[in-house]
Amino acid sequence: MEKAAEKSIITVVGKDTVGIIAKVCTYLSEHEINVLDISQTIVQDYFNMMMIVDMRNSNQSFFDTSKGLEELGEKIGVSIKCQKEEIFENMHRI
Amino acid sequence: MINVGEVTETNKMIEKENLDVRTITLGISLLDCIDSDINKVNENIYNKITTLAKDLVKTGEDIEKEYGIPVVNKRISVTPIALVGGAACKSSADFVSIAKTLDKAAKTVGVNFLGGYSALVSKGMTKADELLIRSIPEALSCTDIVCSSINVGSTKTGINMDAVRLLGDVIKDTATLTKEQDSLGCAKLVVFCNAPDDNPFMAGAFHGVTEADAIINVGVSGPGVVKTALESVRGESFEVLCETIKKTAFKVTRVGQLVAKEASNRLDVPFGIIDLSLAPTPAIGDSVADILHEIGVEYAGAPGTTAALALLNDQVKKGGIMASSYVGGLSGAFIPVSEDQGMIDAVEAGALTLEKLEAMTCVCSVGLDMIAIPGDTKNTTISGIIADEMAIGMINQKTTAVRIIPVIGKKVGDTVEFGGLLGYAPVMPVNGFDCSAFVNRGGRIPAPVHSFKN
Repeated sequence: MEKAAEKSIITVVGKDTVGIIAKVCTYLSEHEINVLDISQTIVQDYFNMMMIVDMRNSNQSFFDTSKGLEELGEKIGVSIKCQKEEIFENMHRI
Repeated sequence: MINVGEVTETNKMIEKENLDVRTITLGISLLDCIDSDINKVNENIYNKITTLAKDLVKTGEDIEKEYGIPVVNKRISVTPIALVGGAACKSSADFVSIAKTLDKAAKTVGVNFLGGYSALVSKGMTKADELLIRSIPEALSCTDIVCSSINVGSTKTGINMDAVRLLGDVIKDTATLTKEQDSLGCAKLVVFCNAPDDNPFMAGAFHGVTEADAIINVGVSGPGVVKTALESVRGESFEVLCETIKKTAFKVTRVGQLVAKEASNRLDVPFGIIDLSLAPTPAIGDSVADILHEIGVEYAGAPGTTAALALLNDQVKKGGIMASSYVGGLSGAFIPVSEDQGMIDAVEAGALTLEKLEAMTCVCSVGLDMIAIPGDTKNTTISGIIADEMAIGMINQKTTAVRIIPVIGKKVGDTVEFGGLLGYAPVMPVNGFDCSAFVNRGGRIPAPVHSFKN
């Protein structure tokens, strides 16, 4: 049986610079994480991105991904946060 | 599909407005630990707690990481110890040995607090109840994270005034034994009327005898979130105000419900209730008094405060009830003084007195909470304050409580520092007129009539 989707939300906030999306997506593809949706805005030089990803086939645990993204964020000077989707679903959908 | 606006809103609540899950509390029944040998009782208690709760803290931390929502406290509540120790404890010292065991077990599993060093004496005290109550000063001074609560009254039974009188002495003795730490012991002792069996909040949590063997109860919080939401409806009518509070309470509670369900699944312990409370902390912006200010009173305590608090409390419940399958515990706005910067400011500005706080407790949970009073306050006066608060609960069919701290060596105007979540407090004046003849009568106040409500 095919595994159910394990959706998570990745938010990236910080000063805009070249290659933020590329670096985040490279990290995700290295770990077999599929990107379902990306939306992104830039307000006053500030980069604000939200990605919906599916981690069901990921080759590492949620915690490692979360930590890895956080470290990647520190390297490129933005804040990256990874949360399971349910918290948003529960809060905003009846 | 979730959109950016919703994600940003949730994360702003968490990062800027102190949205958190205040506590996951694991209720554990200790009834099967009863034995006539005190050493055996202690051994049973230690083993049961450290087995059932061994993954509690880690589970809380995992949930915190996965959803990005802080789970501030992980706690344990147990069956009232007067029942558990009754068969074995021949003296107050025996009960103190159980308190030490609870402290040790709680520290082993890494929780912040353990509640349930309790007795339920709303109509009368058994020998064991009395021994436990008399052991409280010693028990709270030689343990760090054990909390005690005594239920001295209920709408069905009236008020046990013998216990109320005894507790005046006990509170003073606890203050004296912990005077080196600004009488901190009293911050771990609550006196209740109509105590709920499933309250996850400290210091009043215990695992009632009507509960299952183990249960997960969750307390949510978010005064900062409500306050921020209200900033956007300044000057609008009460209808808009109430609608805004309800919507916010709904969102906050949904997060609690999610966390409770997850914790329950992972620990394989049934989900009990969500406690819909606005529980402030000393952090700036995490204040119930600030909400009252935003509703429109200059300081908590100004005329209009009781009405503002009544509507706040009611709307929080209305919004929260739809968000959770099971609601219980205390469920309402807490108005502790030392744990709420806005309340402290109100006291220091002269806007808020003990009497006004008492009026406010008529319309919200829970009662006179974390109030520092002069250390030389008479024991009978403390009992009188307790009796007044219990009467409000008894007549109005609600939970009320007193957690009051006579700070030894301090007088009105001094400040006491409890540290951490307990915060700091200005010592408040107490009405100095005598009530000893009332308190010393002995016996109990009969249960009230349930009709002819006026």
